[in-house]
Amino acid sequence: MKTQYSFDEQFEFTGKVKTWSLIAIVIGVVAIAFGILTGAVERTFANLLLMGYYITCVCLCGVFFCAVQYVAQAGWSAAILRIPQAFIKALPIAATLLIVITLAGLFITHHGVNEEGKDVVIPYLYKLWAAPGLSTPGSESYDAVIAGKSGYLNIPFFVIRLIGFLVSYTILGLLFVKYSTNEDELGGMFNYNKSFTTACVFLAIFGFTVPVFSFDVIMSLEAHWFSTLFGWYNFAALWVSGLAVITLVIIYLKSKGYVSWITVNHLHSLGQLIFGFSIFWTYLWFAQFLLIYYANIPEEAAYFYKRWEPEFKPWFWINVVINFAAPLLLLMSRDSKRAIPMLKAVCIILIVGHWLDYFMMIMPGTVGPQSHWYTEFGLIELGVFLGFAGLFTYLVLTQVSKFKLLIPKNHPFIDESLHHHI
Amino acid sequence: MSSTKYILGLFDDPDNLMHGIDKLQKNSVPIYDVYTPMPIHGIEAKLGIKDSRLGYAAFMFGCLGGTVIFSLVYYFLVHDWPMNIGGKPHFAVPDFIPVTFEWTVLFTAFGMTFTFFYATHLFPGRAPRVMDLRATDDRFVIAIDAKGNTPHEDITNLLKEAGAVEIKHNDRKYVSYE
Repeated sequence: MKTQYSFDEQFEFTGKVKTWSLIAIVIGVVAIAFGILTGAVERTFANLLLMGYYITCVCLCGVFFCAVQYVAQAGWSAAILRIPQAFIKALPIAATLLIVITLAGLFITHHGVNEEGKDVVIPYLYKLWAAPGLSTPGSESYDAVIAGKSGYLNIPFFVIRLIGFLVSYTILGLLFVKYSTNEDELGGMFNYNKSFTTACVFLAIFGFTVPVFSFDVIMSLEAHWFSTLFGWYNFAALWVSGLAVITLVIIYLKSKGYVSWITVNHLHSLGQLIFGFSIFWTYLWFAQFLLIYYANIPEEAAYFYKRWEPEFKPWFWINVVINFAAPLLLLMSRDSKRAIPMLKAVCIILIVGHWLDYFMMIMPGTVGPQSHWYTEFGLIELGVFLGFAGLFTYLVLTQVSKFKLLIPKNHPFIDESLHHHI
Repeated sequence: MSSTKYILGLFDDPDNLMHGIDKLQKNSVPIYDVYTPMPIHGIEAKLGIKDSRLGYAAFMFGCLGGTVIFSLVYYFLVHDWPMNIGGKPHFAVPDFIPVTFEWTVLFTAFGMTFTFFYATHLFPGRAPRVMDLRATDDRFVIAIDAKGNTPHEDITNLLKEAGAVEIKHNDRKYVSYE
């Protein structure tokens, strides 16, 4: 087993991937312009929110991954830590985009028809609670349920929470990168111990606030409805899709001849995590669904009623099949976790699958059904997805190329990681 | 003709044991089995032991458990005695999922345990077959089938060179039968 490697290599971000990621960004911009000019502004905003949330969550997964590894004092992952660290370095831009999208959605308003069929002024996002007059007694559009929630769901507090969460995640995440790059220069335990403390602080904050983050950004789109499981369900989606992206980036770097010290054993461990947490995602998805289905209380069942309209119902079930059955059956055996083409295929399936998952959370409550189930996805969906995927690829690979070393060579557990064998 | 059935090399250090395995293999002495008090990393690859098929058994038992309970619930609640529960259709699949999941896990767990017992001859109440008692405590043991492996002296010397602390020529395969 080879355990001696030369670490003095730097990633060069060139070639086809760079060209294609830039082309994808252009496609995304064109799709957004197309959406706005053809009058589908609300649909464009919903797609922007979807992808802004998606890439922010994937970048957050980088912070969470590092934090979990430090708190667990895990050895196996030391050699792959630079990839989630690159996600962390892309987080400031992803988070800024998400904040800009939500602020634009809150403050750009238009005349539209509300749930009662009246013509009113509504914002493009969060129209069910952020439209003016909803919580003013005596107003034409007064909504007693929303008025009862307005102590929490009001624009200033919403913006403070969103910015507060994302800034604290970003700062703590960037500390991991700082300590790890300092460690490369200095060695010793000093930086590792600081990372450990930071990880404890981060996990305590993240654990309590990430459900609230998803309540705010996604669940409040349908402000009359709530589910206490929604936060953990979103967290499971964040973790699975983030792991799939981490694995895919590693596979890409390996295919270009970099990171030779990351072996099939590390990929096997990542495959195990993807397999296990896909089942965890299904468990939470099903727990949320079954209780509402079984109890059948009208104000709760309304959420799934919308998703069982004929335009959404096929996607509703396809969502579960590709996010549960695909990883379950394709990644169950040891051999398939160690076969890179198989692992790559499952990662791509899951990245698309969790896009569909977020789609099912956002679209029925914002833009509502299109004419047919197969016209749910159009040029706007595809274009915005490609645009943000290109942007993410560009940001992350640029950050990877900025690292002087692609391995934290003075990490105290680096030898354990290089000998990782399962 | 010697009455020795098995030659055991006892080591007190796993590194010496691995060294001993190398030495025996280099001299084309077939190894019957190796017994250690704890798992040793990489020993299966060295001895050429095939991957365990326990996972396949587990998968089959899981499928069996899921199928059995799903059929049973279908028989109870759809075919034999349909009941109106909360106005749901009689064949309300989401309601059947938790119990199907539980039985899948139950069958997998019990199925794996019994398959493992069957494959390793371990049953509750049965005295385990052990070639050397200290292999469960502090000795790392290489067992060599003595039949056809003459001369025994050479094997003894190889084991000694590799650092075996004790070498046994046993007339019986196991020290404990029942």
